[in-house]
Amino acid sequence: MFNARVTMKPEAAKGEIVEIRTVARHPMERGNYPDAAGRMVPRMIIHSFRATYGGEEIFRMELGPGVSANPYIAFTTVATETGDIVLEWTDDSGFTLTRTLRLTVAG
Amino acid sequence: MRLPASLAALLLILPAATAAEIRPGRDFLSPELRALQEDEARHPGMLWVEQGEEVWRRTPALDKPSCAGCHGDAAGTMRGVATRYPMVDRASGRLLNLELRIEQCRMERQGQPAFGYESPELLALTAYIAYQSRSLPMTVRIDGAAAPFFDAGRAFFHERQGQLNLACSQCHDDNAGRRLRGDVISNGVGTGFPAYRLEWNAVGSLHRRLRACSLGVRAVQFDYGSPDYLNLELYLAWRARGLPMEAPAVRR
Amino acid sequence: MTGTGTVSRRGIVTGAAALLATPRASRASPFEEALKAFAGEAVPRAGRVSIDVPPISESGNSVPITILVESPMTATDHVKTIVVLAEKNPHPQIARFHLSPRAGKAQVSTTIRLATSQRVTVLAGMSDGSVWSGEKDVVVTLSACVDGG
Repeated sequence: MFNARVTMKPEAAKGEIVEIRTVARHPMERGNYPDAAGRMVPRMIIHSFRATYGGEEIFRMELGPGVSANPYIAFTTVATETGDIVLEWTDDSGFTLTRTLRLTVAG
Repeated sequence: MRLPASLAALLLILPAATAAEIRPGRDFLSPELRALQEDEARHPGMLWVEQGEEVWRRTPALDKPSCAGCHGDAAGTMRGVATRYPMVDRASGRLLNLELRIEQCRMERQGQPAFGYESPELLALTAYIAYQSRSLPMTVRIDGAAAPFFDAGRAFFHERQGQLNLACSQCHDDNAGRRLRGDVISNGVGTGFPAYRLEWNAVGSLHRRLRACSLGVRAVQFDYGSPDYLNLELYLAWRARGLPMEAPAVRR
Repeated sequence: MTGTGTVSRRGIVTGAAALLATPRASRASPFEEALKAFAGEAVPRAGRVSIDVPPISESGNSVPITILVESPMTATDHVKTIVVLAEKNPHPQIARFHLSPRAGKAQVSTTIRLATSQRVTVLAGMSDGSVWSGEKDVVVTLSACVDGG
């Protein structure tokens, strides 16, 4: 199971600072400990989160096993022009979840 | 085994409190957890609600209706529904909680195999439907056909159980509001479930929580959906009558 | 957002700054290594970093943290990276954030795991090469009612 919710106002004035708030559903299995059967549990975490705006990277986060399950990530960006904000969460399996939000900029 | 010792010791030294009003689960939360419960942009339980909406709209088979196909927009048709559960199913005479009603609908109306108690789909759909009643007051019926189930649930709540020989009421009536290790003992209402519990890192059902209670007092853990927990769930819901639905709540 | 007062700020110059400034005979701990890996040759200075984290947390599984670094976030003067460290976690480096002037302000939030009560250290690397630090102590309390009984 891997899904995500993103909260962001869809419209902003040029130059306004917009907050982007996200929650992703992921166990963030920190691994490296034996399970009940004595087998080592492999690590399986979202290790990277990246945001682009109009194709340019505006924010990146490297996550370690110390980030909680179902992690919350929030950051800001300055509204420059109408365009897509693309968010990508990538986990240890190589899977990337993508969410795209349109930010309409007036003025 | 450190918990039972401290638990038993604590209960021994505490005088019995007088019966007070039943307070909602959120009253026992820290300010941080209450804020999380109320902020949908941060609340991880909303991920389950969102999944539940997907399941609600999904057509289970070519010739079978989706939940939405019969019930339409859940925001309207499911509003207040969760506040009336558990209730007695007229046809079978069984007591059903919201999870079992969904399973019944899935099997009888959609012709599909049951999701299974505590399965991701059933948790998500239950959370989604319960979410439509958020902040509405609990209103279960305990008269008529429900009366015997209610009586059994009330008896269960007051019956001493397990190696610690504790009744639900000794913690959640007599000592509610007092501290037990790092916790404040709540009134034990189930209005927040399915809830996102930090200990679980996930949304879980009331029966999962009750199984943890049973284990805590070293008593028999009943199965998910067992009559014992269903009866208790009805009593808990009646005890919380008038209190707001909080599901999906955030719990420790 | 809780800022650190100037008095306590000077009092706390210990932590990150002192660790890196003092030569050590013994082998560096994972925490010290993570500090060093981030700061490089720079000596972290206490200040400019505000950490909003509950002083008492009911669960180490998910502790909300918001970090605000004082910075104009212009092309010539901005925060480039922020690292969150927890000394007593098995992996002290919890997360590293990369920012640009396009952020408008240097504020990030996430939810972290804390293995036990401990000090959370945050370092911020600026565009001029300087490194600033802030610290907050978090007490993780024990729950009475856990699934393991």
